[in-house]
Amino acid sequence: MTTLEQGGSAASRSSGAGAQPPARAPQDGARSSGGSRPGAGGRRRSPSSVSQLTAWAFAAPVVVYLLAFYAVPLYRNLDLSLRDYTVRSFVQGGAEFNDFANYTTVVADPTFWPALWHTLVFTFVSIGVQFALGMALAVFFFQHFRLSTTLRALFLVPWLLPLIVSASTWAWMLNSDSGVVNYALSLVGVDPVHWLTSPQWALTSVIIANIWIGIPFNLVIVYSGLQSIPADVYEAASLDGAGPWQKFWRITFPLLRPVTAITLLLGLVYTLKVFDIIWIMTRGGPGDSSQTFATWAYDESFGNVLPRFGSGSAISTLLILMALVAGLVYIRAQHKQEAS
Amino acid sequence: MSSARTTALTPAARRGTKTALGLVLTAIMLFPVYWMVNVSFTKTSDMRRTPPSLIPLDGTLDGYRAVLRDQLPYLGTSLLVGVATVALTLVLAAPAGFALAKLRPRGGGALSFALLVAQMIPGIIMAIGFYAAFIKLGVLNTLPGLVLADSTIAVPFGVLIYTAFMSGIPDELMAAARVDGASTWRTFVSVVLPVSRNATVTVSLFAFLWAWSDFIFASTLASGSQLQPITMGIYRYIGNNNQEWGSIMATAVVASVPAAVLLVLAQRYVAAGVTAGAVKD
Repeated sequence: MTTLEQGGSAASRSSGAGAQPPARAPQDGARSSGGSRPGAGGRRRSPSSVSQLTAWAFAAPVVVYLLAFYAVPLYRNLDLSLRDYTVRSFVQGGAEFNDFANYTTVVADPTFWPALWHTLVFTFVSIGVQFALGMALAVFFFQHFRLSTTLRALFLVPWLLPLIVSASTWAWMLNSDSGVVNYALSLVGVDPVHWLTSPQWALTSVIIANIWIGIPFNLVIVYSGLQSIPADVYEAASLDGAGPWQKFWRITFPLLRPVTAITLLLGLVYTLKVFDIIWIMTRGGPGDSSQTFATWAYDESFGNVLPRFGSGSAISTLLILMALVAGLVYIRAQHKQEAS
Repeated sequence: MSSARTTALTPAARRGTKTALGLVLTAIMLFPVYWMVNVSFTKTSDMRRTPPSLIPLDGTLDGYRAVLRDQLPYLGTSLLVGVATVALTLVLAAPAGFALAKLRPRGGGALSFALLVAQMIPGIIMAIGFYAAFIKLGVLNTLPGLVLADSTIAVPFGVLIYTAFMSGIPDELMAAARVDGASTWRTFVSVVLPVSRNATVTVSLFAFLWAWSDFIFASTLASGSQLQPITMGIYRYIGNNNQEWGSIMATAVVASVPAAVLLVLAQRYVAAGVTAGAVKD
């Protein structure tokens, strides 16, 4: 069928034309233009509309899927956040709109401001440290010494483990009485820290575990960015007498700026929604000391005998707004990078 | 002459130092993994000893006996859910990737955009929405419901991977199939899919791993189910307050096996998945 190249980008059209002369004929992609084209095994219907139909037939399952399994849950979430649900009306329907009562309740809740603050601290400290360490390790492993490939692969392990595995391992390592971390600290004369059981350390503890999980991701992305920097730039710098430190700050770091932006924004989107690690290690506690929007929404919705879906979904909606803002900035940044 | 020899040796020596430093860094990074394995072999009576035993010399297999006793149904469920999620993901993602890469539907850009946004939605929001919808549909606490929910983690990623990969397939290859009279569907099945084996492997691996690792959907949509995945098995161990850390860590080790297998057998696919899709909860 010669119809498939229709309506594509200029570049792909020309490559298609090179392979198959008949496709060269009508190039404007208008439906009326292709009717009389002779093609090997061509159909009689307008090729462009046929190809559009075929194209959408292939994409249809995913479109239906997106509507049913993304749009519907999102809609249900929003709907829950705007109505006054009880357990009965949750099952039977018929809950009243209550304006934005769920939202005002949530904002007035004593947990709101701490949870917002923890969400921001957790997110920004995590991605900042993950990225700094990931970049340092990427630069280190980029030097191609013996075993560098194998060791770099081993660094992926934390990223591949199920989160519940990492979280429970860290929970035991950070145990106040018998954890290996406190044992190590005792060797250098530091008193035991109540990592998970004291309000002042709980957030730090979950951030440490989250950083450990996130380093591999940053390492891999920055490493791929390093691969795209041409080697002759470094050679020229060497000829000019630049040292390794100068090379990093004058060449590597500036040239990695697009990769940096993408990695940080993506990190932002994915760290905002971290739930498993915090829930398994501290359940947002003690008190609300490590509560973030994600754990709070879960706690409200599923953590009690009587679910409070109204406030749970209102918190979720606030969370998704934060994620979407970050996500849209990411998509913009990526487009800019592709364009340049 | 001696100075020439030192300059000849220095880079090699420096490389040796780097390898040593690399080993140390990797050891630090993987210490928690080692500790998990170590604790899984530690006797309950030694669990709270000071100093903790750094090597399980006087170890026990009790933790793994507990896994065999308690966790087999959970592991089986996870395997089943994982495989079903992979199947569903592939069936949805491969044709869509093909359409976006090669058939250029009008509005394809909007679809790609929707997929990008979809994978940024926090799991808790999906969980609440699914919970409400699943009650109505009667699939709460069923495995098909869990598979559906788990597939949402992987389908957008799958489409993006397939699109990226299939865009690289030369149009000439498809043109040749068309000259032979193959329909678009036939071209897809007999030409494009076999060539896209690597993409299929990458998508399958990640879909399986994410379904296997999922906790949020398991704990919200399957917590009342007869069959529950391994993440819930671990969670129950933790929640039982008996603090049998040997059993918990042994289960954790067993639950990590797919990740280990993945890394050993399919390392290049993993790196490709990270950079191409760059997604992870």
